[in-house]
Amino acid sequence: MASDATSDITKRDFLYVATGAMGAVGAAAAVWPLIDQLNPDASVLALASIEFDLSTLSEGQSVTIKWRGLPMFVRYRTPEEIAQAKAVPLSDLKDPQTDAERVKEGHEQWLIMIANCTHLGCVPVGESGDFGGWFCPCHGSHYDTAGRIRKGPAPLNLIQPEYEFLSDTIVKIG
Amino acid sequence: MSGQSGYNPTNPVEKWLDERLPILRFSKEHLMDFPTPKNINYWWTFGAILMFMLVIQIITGIVLAMHYTSDASLAFDSVEHIRRNVNYGRIIQGTHAVGASMFFFAVYMHIFRGLYYGSYKAPREIIWILGVLIFVLMMATSFMGYVLPWGQMSFWAATVITEIFAAVPVVGEPILVLLRGGFAVDNATLTRFFSLHYLLPFIILAVVILHIWALHVPGNNNPTGVEVKTSADTVPFHPYITMKDLFAVVVFLIPFAWFVFFAPDILGHPDNYIQANSQITPPHIVPEWYFLPFYAILRAIDFDMLFISSKLGGVIFFGGSIVILFFLPWLDGSKVRSGSYRPLFKPFYWLFVLNFLMLTYLGAQAAEGIFLLLSKVGTAYYFAYFLLVLPIVSRIETPNPLPASISESVLGNKGE
Repeated sequence: MASDATSDITKRDFLYVATGAMGAVGAAAAVWPLIDQLNPDASVLALASIEFDLSTLSEGQSVTIKWRGLPMFVRYRTPEEIAQAKAVPLSDLKDPQTDAERVKEGHEQWLIMIANCTHLGCVPVGESGDFGGWFCPCHGSHYDTAGRIRKGPAPLNLIQPEYEFLSDTIVKIG
Repeated sequence: MSGQSGYNPTNPVEKWLDERLPILRFSKEHLMDFPTPKNINYWWTFGAILMFMLVIQIITGIVLAMHYTSDASLAFDSVEHIRRNVNYGRIIQGTHAVGASMFFFAVYMHIFRGLYYGSYKAPREIIWILGVLIFVLMMATSFMGYVLPWGQMSFWAATVITEIFAAVPVVGEPILVLLRGGFAVDNATLTRFFSLHYLLPFIILAVVILHIWALHVPGNNNPTGVEVKTSADTVPFHPYITMKDLFAVVVFLIPFAWFVFFAPDILGHPDNYIQANSQITPPHIVPEWYFLPFYAILRAIDFDMLFISSKLGGVIFFGGSIVILFFLPWLDGSKVRSGSYRPLFKPFYWLFVLNFLMLTYLGAQAAEGIFLLLSKVGTAYYFAYFLLVLPIVSRIETPNPLPASISESVLGNKGE
């Protein structure tokens, strides 16, 4: 046999490391299902998109609907509110977005967004606050009539989901 | 420390057992004969009170779990069912809910005693670190327990606290969804919180055993901070300390019983008697009183720091206010343990206590105007105490002379 003591030790070291590595991979593979079961299940994911009929709303009205367990604001904005939102210079904004980026073209009166404050997730109160939009009672964040953060601890504008208009009165969210 | 142990079984059955499982020897050495400094005062009884509270919470909790339903559509009603229909359920549920507050009151006393008498200093660093770990586990357990009745405060506490994790850059959002088991707090969140709320107390019990094990290596600290020198400095744990602890537990039970029997809801919030509703946030959400100081710190950071947003900044300071406790043994360099012999340390310590009480008050107020300003001042002092005051004071202070021994401090010249 050609192998001497030194090469034998190297070979054994390799086997130890290889065995240990395989064991670690096996353990990780066994643990993953136990972690992944915490993620949203199929029944939660199945509710990923909904359709909403806008014809039930009149100008100046807003409703809170539920999407994927989250509350959603759907607001029929008045022309004054739209004009107010458009008049704001981008330099005044913490999270700069124009009013046009907050709505779909041709449907400017409809503002659709997740109703959780981007600070810690409370539901803001509508038509209040210093900017005529929303005010979060938990930690005092003020949003304007386009749902943009203007004052307070929240870092971002109210989040908007993916949505599209199937017709003038039907919107599909998600 | 087994100087005074004297377990010499004469009974053949005891001898037989002792050679196989020396559990009676262990009990005698650690639960009865354990030499304890004879000068420890009533601030030292909170350890036993905490052990008592852990047992109370586990027993009442196991009983409540027999009647509780952890389903989002049934949870709220099942708690009402316990309070109205289950025999003595009103008392058992009240004991468990008030018990959480009493538990936290005792743990704050225990922690502040350790801070004053320098119980975290060598060779007791591990005891202190395990204690902070227990405190963190207690916070997690009580938070999840608070969610179980599925009232409005439960729901919004769960929402706000899980949202804290979303502040972590990059991985925050996936972690949030993983914790909630959905895109919002819902049934999946409730069922996992129930499972973990049942598990964590037993983890706490395991860490408590390590905490006491670590304590039984050097033995108790004492009000002078001077180590035990001879057996004249100590008394056996039983009956001297057991009786004293028992008396303290009885005194502690008086306000506990008053809350349970006369005002079980006074420490809670009326909004939690409205069932959880994901569409409406209560106008004024506040955590339970024992979280208020840390909540005040979370809200005090309402400004961006360089690239760190106010939201992440708040979370860093909130987490940091607990994490910093782990490093305390290495921040305070003074060789003198007890605050009683440290003239410069003492005023800063009491200011820290007052500051902590102020933060508790501020955590319940609206985060605006003078309250917000004071929260910032309070947060600054909280951190300054650990990072500036303790390291500097321990270097420049001239401590008062220490007694030669515990006996001398107790008996003065009469002992000579």
